[in-house]
Amino acid sequence: MTETLSAIGAVFLAFLAAVGGLARFAVQALAAAASPPYFPRLIARQVLYIGYYSLPVVGLTALFTGMVLALQSYTGFSRFNAQSAVATVVVLSMTRELGPVIASLMVAGRVGAAMAAEIGTMRVTEQIDALTTLSTDPLRYLVLPRLIAGLVTLPVLVLIADIIGVFGGFLVGTYKLEFNPVAYLTQTEQYLETMDVVSGLVKAAVFGFLIALMGCYHGYHSRGGAEGVGQATTHAVVSASILILIFNYALTQAFFSR
Amino acid sequence: MSDAAAPKIALVGVEKSFGRKRVLDGIDLTVAPGESLVIIGGSGTGKSVLIKCILGIMRPEAGSIRIDGAETVGLRRRGREQVMRKFGMLFQGSALFDSLSVWENVAFGLVQGRGMDRAAAREIALKKLAAVGLGPEVATLSPAELSGGMQKRVALARAIAAEPEIVFFDEPTTGLDPIMADVINRLIVSSVRELGATTVSITHDMVSARRIADRIAMLHKGRIVWQGPASEIDRSDNPFVDQFVHGRAEGPIQMEVRAA
Ligand SMILES: Nc1ncnc2c1ncn2[C@@H]1O[C@H](COP(=O)(O)OP(=O)(O)OP(=O)(O)O)[C@@H](O)[C@H]1O
Ligand SMILES: [Mg+2]
Repeated sequence: MTETLSAIGAVFLAFLAAVGGLARFAVQALAAAASPPYFPRLIARQVLYIGYYSLPVVGLTALFTGMVLALQSYTGFSRFNAQSAVATVVVLSMTRELGPVIASLMVAGRVGAAMAAEIGTMRVTEQIDALTTLSTDPLRYLVLPRLIAGLVTLPVLVLIADIIGVFGGFLVGTYKLEFNPVAYLTQTEQYLETMDVVSGLVKAAVFGFLIALMGCYHGYHSRGGAEGVGQATTHAVVSASILILIFNYALTQAFFSR
Repeated sequence: MSDAAAPKIALVGVEKSFGRKRVLDGIDLTVAPGESLVIIGGSGTGKSVLIKCILGIMRPEAGSIRIDGAETVGLRRRGREQVMRKFGMLFQGSALFDSLSVWENVAFGLVQGRGMDRAAAREIALKKLAAVGLGPEVATLSPAELSGGMQKRVALARAIAAEPEIVFFDEPTTGLDPIMADVINRLIVSSVRELGATTVSITHDMVSARRIADRIAMLHKGRIVWQGPASEIDRSDNPFVDQFVHGRAEGPIQMEVRAA
């Protein structure tokens, strides 16, 4: 038990110590965006990789999340005869919270880890040094395209997740809970505001950036062969997941508290 | 190559440590324009670290490194990029980009670094590959599909593709058969002669050292313990050099191994 706690503490301290270096890293990479050359092909490749190949896993999790939301809110709300709120609960939860958070957590596991592994391998095999000797800035060539791709791809992915999640709720609502389909859809649309969706997509952009940043940062600073790359991968996923949850709270606070 | 010529590379008092371990302990070294310097020394004595310090990939804690008379230690981004254009480097582990094909690796510095168009860069890449004994059928393979020796030759082609003024070779012949090693040695010699390049090579291979070196420097325990013209390596009267050249286990260089 104390071992677990001290391990968590160590991770937390290391995390704090890294914040300064991390901010510097992000600023340096983003500063490269101020001047050409850009690498559109590299950005496109990353968009494809983050977006397209994440679709199945994100779609599946969104579907089941929407389904379970409908089921849970129905059984919960029937205790005080508020079953009619099911559709509203599903769509608000999906767009505001669960769409962005669940999709981002899935992508963090899949893409953040892969980025850390790829860049980490390049670090320990001196490919990053080789880039430098060939007059190419590794931050510009490796990191910036991934940050941009994370930033633009996640909102699209989350929009799709929102739709699939609402559809999952609709399936359970109409087939299992025997809502009238038209009534369910009307309910879904009735209380939904643009801000609900937009706030979720803004969250997604921030999370996408964080995932790519953590993948790149930990990969870039990995050392010590295969073991070091393995650690970088773990750190990338863990830190991205924690940051997603922390930023999710902060962003919710910023959007909806007045 | 008179001593009066302004040196291409000049190191004074260069020191580099990792944690408490001092790897370079006050290196003084100069390389004249067009000269081929070979650095020899036991495994783990800091030869690769020395080259990385000159390249600016590693930052020494103390000392001065001048390239064409200009100080490079502590250079910022822009200045560093300017100096980097003069360099070509063959890494000990080849360090080929495994997401790119062989020819894209060789052409990388031309396309990304110098903005040459891909078709022209490809032509040059194919020529450089031919120079290291690799045919066009290899050009579209991925580096992972090559043997270690072939990877080394691709890395060599990449290092010289942009015809840099100063080329560093970190163990260019390790892992090659003797015949291919000789081809590479000749290539290094000719790139010095034809391009007028200055080269710094690291090798354990004394045949190779004799073949490519104008001058040889020996590194031991973080210092240059001997340097002189290649022709004098056999009468250096230096116990370190003698031990290394003859490959004896007994002598002043103690390998850190213990009998089990
Ligand atoms: N990035 C690093 N971090 C920590 N220590 C390092 C690093 N790079 C090198 N060293 C240490 O510096 C010493 C010199 O390493 P270097 O790679 O220069 O040896 P070398 O002379 O090139 O040996 P070899 O002939 O085997 O290639 C080694 O003891 C190594 O442990
Ligand atoms: Mg070495």
